[in-house]
Amino acid sequence: MDPPAAAAPPERTIHHGPRLPVKRHHGLVRATHWLAFAVIVGMVSSGLQIYGAYARFGERGGPHYQPNPFQDTTFPAWARLGGWLAGALNWHFTLMWVLIAVGLVYVLYLAGSGEWRALVFRPRDLPGALEMAKYYLRLRADHPPQGKHNPLQKLAYSSIVLVGALAVLSGFAIYKPVQLAWLTTLFGGFQLARYWHFWTVWIFVGFLVTHVVLVFVVDPASLRAMVTGWYRGRFPSHD
Amino acid sequence: MTERRERGAGSREQLAPGLDRRTFLRLGIASGATSIVAACGWDGGSGIRPALLSVSRLNDWVGEKILYSPTRLAPTYDPSRRSERLPHYFISRTMPLVRDPAAWRLVVDGLVERPLSLSLDDLIAMPRVSYTVKHHCVEGWSAVASWHGVPVSAIVDRCRPRREARCIAFTSFDDGYANGWDLASAMHPQTILAYGMNDNPLPAAHGAPLRLYAPTKLGYKMTKYLLGMTFTDRRPGGYWEDRGYPWFGGV
Repeated sequence: MDPPAAAAPPERTIHHGPRLPVKRHHGLVRATHWLAFAVIVGMVSSGLQIYGAYARFGERGGPHYQPNPFQDTTFPAWARLGGWLAGALNWHFTLMWVLIAVGLVYVLYLAGSGEWRALVFRPRDLPGALEMAKYYLRLRADHPPQGKHNPLQKLAYSSIVLVGALAVLSGFAIYKPVQLAWLTTLFGGFQLARYWHFWTVWIFVGFLVTHVVLVFVVDPASLRAMVTGWYRGRFPSHD
Repeated sequence: MTERRERGAGSREQLAPGLDRRTFLRLGIASGATSIVAACGWDGGSGIRPALLSVSRLNDWVGEKILYSPTRLAPTYDPSRRSERLPHYFISRTMPLVRDPAAWRLVVDGLVERPLSLSLDDLIAMPRVSYTVKHHCVEGWSAVASWHGVPVSAIVDRCRPRREARCIAFTSFDDGYANGWDLASAMHPQTILAYGMNDNPLPAAHGAPLRLYAPTKLGYKMTKYLLGMTFTDRRPGGYWEDRGYPWFGGV
């Protein structure tokens, strides 16, 4: 799975010969990563089933919020979970607690262990992010040097946590629009909260596809690291 | 696989006439054709479905004991914000109608000191609440309409529930449609027995002569075509609740 040593950037040429594995991911990170993956797949698929019950956004008789490429769309059966509305709701309202728990454990671990420093995108990461973007766009030949994560990864991994929080909050705004009216108002009302909630789905799906493609194209060793915890790929340094 | 398909067929029969039959039928046919991915229509099966329903009851508890406030009022709107149309449904084959409105009575019984039998005129003579509020359907649509009627709390004052009464079973003449309510939700100032909608007498399509209305609940909790209110010491079931929808159904 490891790319040949020649593919490594010049800064890393000191790692000749068989690379020593480095411990990359704590067990909690690996557990929450795979749990989050499973839960988000469940939330999205049960959500698509729920969406089918009223596949548009906006008050009855009023204008419909756009853009919505999926207005009146019935998603294919393979993409839906629950069988019918109540079945999907029961999945959705069960998995939501798992998603919240997983998110909290992950964020608390990052905060407590100090690992957030290697993950949170900060203004000073901006120039590095531009260099990475140049590399991906083939405007730069060599992979910029990086630590555990490159600045674009930091941006992606920081944002997806925020999107997760947004998904949970907009979800509660739909779940209890009267008892949590302040939250629903924050999202612009019940129907707009549904609309934003729906968009978090496509951000998650877009993230997932990009994430998986980049893992296999750029750094397949990171997949093994997320399973075993040990990394033997081309970016072994730790921040 | 066969077992799963059978279960799928069973749940198809339980679908709501109001939940767009055509769509569900299409979904049903599609899911039957793709038996290889039959698991995708999965409601959890005999292994997981009971667990999902247990969590649903836990969510009922969270909704009732933590998120619900007996005094928080649902926002009200100006009547000019009313939606042009409010969708309606009933589970009977044809629209349930009262043959002789003069003979219709709301029967209040169960764990009460004073059972009641109230005519529509009796109800109209009682205190009246009217409001313009947003209706939230479990399907995800919402619409604004005005309602007027007598608060359930006024009925409670009159029938005087016994101390052990904790819930109310609302029954209807719509082919056995019913709902169970917790007393706190029923006593909410915006929970009414509505005999009017949008300044007019309640139309038959929306539950005439009398229906339950509460902007703090999802639409399926608001029993239409009312026949009775029975006070109980345990949670009564309900038409959709027994089929898997959340019992509390608060918004």
